[in-house]
Amino acid sequence: MNEFLSANSVVKQFANHLALDRVSISVPEGSIFGLLGPNGAGKTTLIRIINQITAPDEGEIRFRGKKITSEDVYHIGYLPEERGLYKKMKVGEQALYLVQLKGMSRVEGLKRLKYWFEKFEIQSWWDKKVEELSKGMAQKVQFIITVLHEPKLLIFDEPFTGFDPINTNLVKNEILRLRDIGATIIFSTHIMASVEELCDHIALINHGKNILSGNIDEVRSRYKPDTYELRYKGDPEKLRQALNSGVTLEEELTRGDLRHVIIKPNHRYPVRDMISVINQNVDIVSFDEMLPGMNDIFIRAVEETNHPK
Amino acid sequence: MNKVSLIIQREYLTRVKKKSFIIMTILTPVLLAAMIFVPGYLATKEDNQEKIIAVVDNTHITEGAIPQGTYLKFEYIDNPDVEKLKQNFEESGYYAILFIPENILVSNKVQLYSNQQTTMQVSEHISSALKNFFTQLKLKNENVPLDILERIKTSISVDTIQWTSTGEEKEGSAGLVAGIGYVSGFLMYMFIFMFGSQVMRGVMEEKTNRIVEVIVSSVRPFQLMMGKVVGIALVGLTQFVIWILLTFGIFFGAKGILLKDNGQAMTSVTQSLMDANNAGPVAAAKTGEYQKLFDDIANKFGSVNFPLIIGCFLFFFIGGYLLYASLFAAVGSAVDNETDTQQFMLPITIPIVLGLFVMINAMQTPNSTISVIFSLIPLTSPIVMMARIPYDVPTWQIVTSGLILILTFLGTIWMAAKIYRTGILMYGKKVNYAELWKWIRYKN
Repeated sequence: MNEFLSANSVVKQFANHLALDRVSISVPEGSIFGLLGPNGAGKTTLIRIINQITAPDEGEIRFRGKKITSEDVYHIGYLPEERGLYKKMKVGEQALYLVQLKGMSRVEGLKRLKYWFEKFEIQSWWDKKVEELSKGMAQKVQFIITVLHEPKLLIFDEPFTGFDPINTNLVKNEILRLRDIGATIIFSTHIMASVEELCDHIALINHGKNILSGNIDEVRSRYKPDTYELRYKGDPEKLRQALNSGVTLEEELTRGDLRHVIIKPNHRYPVRDMISVINQNVDIVSFDEMLPGMNDIFIRAVEETNHPK
Repeated sequence: MNKVSLIIQREYLTRVKKKSFIIMTILTPVLLAAMIFVPGYLATKEDNQEKIIAVVDNTHITEGAIPQGTYLKFEYIDNPDVEKLKQNFEESGYYAILFIPENILVSNKVQLYSNQQTTMQVSEHISSALKNFFTQLKLKNENVPLDILERIKTSISVDTIQWTSTGEEKEGSAGLVAGIGYVSGFLMYMFIFMFGSQVMRGVMEEKTNRIVEVIVSSVRPFQLMMGKVVGIALVGLTQFVIWILLTFGIFFGAKGILLKDNGQAMTSVTQSLMDANNAGPVAAAKTGEYQKLFDDIANKFGSVNFPLIIGCFLFFFIGGYLLYASLFAAVGSAVDNETDTQQFMLPITIPIVLGLFVMINAMQTPNSTISVIFSLIPLTSPIVMMARIPYDVPTWQIVTSGLILILTFLGTIWMAAKIYRTGILMYGKKVNYAELWKWIRYKN
């Protein structure tokens, strides 16, 4: 896949702390890229540098193969974590103002806003003042404003906060649709379930350093604990003896005659051999390699860098 | 540039469309005009009631000495019984009783009895008439011929005439000049304060409502700040122009009506317009003299260099406003809420208020060292210079003051932009001066 956006050894120093310490990321075109990390890790600083709100002290951002310029902000849609609207202004008027600031003409902006307001079934909000809207409603309007000019790059910082499950789903589907029609998306969140669901690639930042990055499946298998989950029917004693000392069996559960066991090989034990031994002794219902959740990976990776062994 | 004009447009329109702006813009000149007219108008209204004063004259010589006014009549009572008159005062319908004692030439006093507070005008009228009468009487007793009496009548008025550098002479009015200086200086103070703090509140609104990060992803923080500053300046200029037009409109409209109605109203108006030290035209209450007075005032207005004053006002307003508005914007960006503004507001407020005090002083002593110095210091010059301008300030001083102001506001905007850029994205941090200094020194 083509590289769409990259950060190369970006350094940002604030008065008395180093916000970004030679961070590099690479976002492939047409992917959803998860930018993860604990609070204060430097994610927002990196996002602001990509948006050219602040400039890096060292390093550079490359956008579509070239060093990013101020012209490129037209191709970026940014939904910051700290987002708000003018309370006293009317919803429609304000949406139009903000998309015009992005460089869209008044006529075109009006046309597209009409379309999106209809799509989200919020036409009746047009003449309301923002202060009359609930937080979730305002978020919806902001989402529309962000994607309206169909930018090539979309950056969402915690896009789901404040949404109910129905609207979360609506927005999630919109994000996937935007990816499918060609947008590249950078997605920053603390909700790891949505990362597993949406992201193709991730980068995990802690203390201003990129500590883990890559394709999400690849990252997950890198952290796989080499454990397997077996559900079978048959004699547990027979299984235990057959596998011998090669493995540790944990957490045996029984429901009716269906048994459930976690297998951890003690040393290298080819999976193929293991399966054939099991197969000779019991009836396999299912055999799965246990992949770690992003939640576990997040916690492990962060703790490893916080307290290196 | 297109984006900045979008921002200017929004800042301008949202403010101009506000009800409070429309009400204030229309109401202020109406109130101002009312303040000038109502006292004068009320004074004439009261005079329109016919007042009859009963005169008890124990000297028996003053009859006819006090001229009858249009609404003020004097009635001499033949068989004087002051006590009885006082008892029946309510039924008699008299406004007051004037008692002239027999020994008036010794005591120099007459008494005016009434059940209400009599007006100054009535006392003035009686006093000047009797003074005249008894002066003539005394002179006659000293055998001074009457024609000499006529010839020694003297009235001196002071015309203030000023040389210009070209040797041309022009007539001016000290009161008028001071008045114009005061009004423009005070307006300057008010505008800088009012619209400067609007900038601050606007910046804080964007920061506390978290709008700012959305916007600075499309425009540079400097563009946003300048868009706001310029937009609000235009609001101020709009208000200024409307005020001037409305005030003149109301003034001349009302003048037309009142002049037709009663010349006296206009006298009170011009009187309240002019400096209180100027001789009030109460004594000169003859219709013919009003016209002369108007001509006089028109003449004096003509001697004031309005293009210079208005030009300077616009220049110093824009300069002073830019200077203070950028400071206000920096403060607004650095704080999270209104209460935190206090510590930063004080150093901004002090020079403005100081400027106001020096300005009041400069009205009397426009060329004193203090006035000159403070009209050069950029933080106070817009206010103080405006009070001095009507007094023909040397050109080099205006130019120097203007140049210093321009350099200072350029510097302040640069500095404010640096604070602003960092401040607007900084939440939940108590900011102090050391912190601000760090922000100014940030590279990007």
